[in-house]
Amino acid sequence: MAAGSRVQVPTEVRRGEPFEVKISVRHPMETGFRVDDMGKPIARNTIHEFICRYNGTPVFAANLGSGIAANPYLRFFVTALDSGELKFEWVDDAGERGDAAATLRVTG
Amino acid sequence: MKRDEPLTVASPLRRRIIVAGAALATTRALPLRAEPPALPSIPELDAYLAGRKPEFGRLLLDLPRLADDGNAVTMRLFMPGPFAPGMQVTSIALFSEKNPVPKMAQFDFPVAPAKVEIESRVRLAGSQRVAAIATLADGALHAATADVSVTIAACLDGS
Amino acid sequence: MRIGILLLALLAGNTFAQTPAIPASELRSGVSFGSAELRAMQSDDFANPGMLWVERGQKLWQTPVGSAGRACASCHSDASLALKGVAARYPVVNASDRRVIDLEARINACRTSQQKAPALAAESEDLLALTAFVAHQSRGMPLAVSISDSARAFFDQGRDFYYARHGQMDLSCADCHEHNWGRKLLAETISQGHPNAYPAYRLEWQSLGSLARRIRACLFGIRAQMLASDDPQLTALELFLAWRADGLPVEAPGVRR
Repeated sequence: MAAGSRVQVPTEVRRGEPFEVKISVRHPMETGFRVDDMGKPIARNTIHEFICRYNGTPVFAANLGSGIAANPYLRFFVTALDSGELKFEWVDDAGERGDAAATLRVTG
Repeated sequence: MKRDEPLTVASPLRRRIIVAGAALATTRALPLRAEPPALPSIPELDAYLAGRKPEFGRLLLDLPRLADDGNAVTMRLFMPGPFAPGMQVTSIALFSEKNPVPKMAQFDFPVAPAKVEIESRVRLAGSQRVAAIATLADGALHAATADVSVTIAACLDGS
Repeated sequence: MRIGILLLALLAGNTFAQTPAIPASELRSGVSFGSAELRAMQSDDFANPGMLWVERGQKLWQTPVGSAGRACASCHSDASLALKGVAARYPVVNASDRRVIDLEARINACRTSQQKAPALAAESEDLLALTAFVAHQSRGMPLAVSISDSARAFFDQGRDFYYARHGQMDLSCADCHEHNWGRKLLAETISQGHPNAYPAYRLEWQSLGSLARRIRACLFGIRAQMLASDDPQLTALELFLAWRADGLPVEAPGVRR
């Protein structure tokens, strides 16, 4: 599996305002219902757990399954409190973990 | 040579949202759809609801009426505020009528969100009705459904 | 007199070759046949899943590999300048061995001869990532391949393949993409079959894939004999496709259904 992810948050937001967070992760989100060229079933492997922390506090989480498209893409909103870091963590059915981070400056 | 017009789906989902939004803005008494909304029959959804009856109209589920390919269909969820204290959204679950795994995803808000808007891409195993259920902190449930026709590719691809 | 006839014949041949069946004014990129959702996915750099490969390719570009210990960037210093417009000119005839090569083959030739590293497998993540990164540097630039001099023979070969009937369905490329583009095949609209989006993210593949893979998918669809990804016939066809799409902007990484 080729690791990789992309994150996008605004560089500067006003305190108290919701801001947009976008993340996409390179992952096959293998359904477990496919077979390989030799007819052997390919084991299910999806990112089942995803969490976004804002300065350490969980603000958004998702349980994903085979119903979410390959290379999962998520867009959601978080409310600006203080300048700091958004940290994203996820784990797939094979136990492989991934993470990403973005920094944010809060004004006002 | 006369040609058919290309498949231009002029964002039916956007139009539906605007219509729904306008209906909400003008009067809450106006029904959002002509027919009463019906949740698809999904055992996992029934188990999730456990006999509780969700309200319709406030949660919005946005999917294209016609999807190019069931492998990646753009899905948006909205729930306009404001939310009174203690009545914020805590989670939204998404259920498929046809997928082998009916519960597609669950999104959780550990802290009260100032704006409830989520976008992702879902897999849909065929044309179907998709249901979303939002749970509020006070236990109230809100539901939305969307019907999607999933087209299949004209040519087999063994590459 | 005889020279005159020869010249006339040459000119006639040339005229045929330089008049694509679909005139420039009617050229339409494949993305215009897609739905609003698909077009939105391609045009938004964050929503476009192909950008995951472009970013990976950018990292690979700077990573030294092989016994020479060189990265791509060691020779081609500023990628955004050095690579601008390159993808729009491919396939080309390789000066050293006079073969027609596409971007993937060019990258592999660099790896084996300059970096002293093993060639990357067709459709491997790394080859797709590097190709996507290189092609992305030409995004928006018009396709402009050369079919003169040594490229001419490969162009002819590609054109012959394009107009020949293949497979159990007995179809030529032109049957769909020149004579019937814009018409419906089940729920799909037949496109003009241009290569400007590749490597592209196809929803059907749930992944990025090369132009060779896309052509192979067509061959499979018409139940024709499969060509290997690096078959010279396939690269010659890629050259013909690029020529008949002359002027269309590079969209790599495009998004297709």
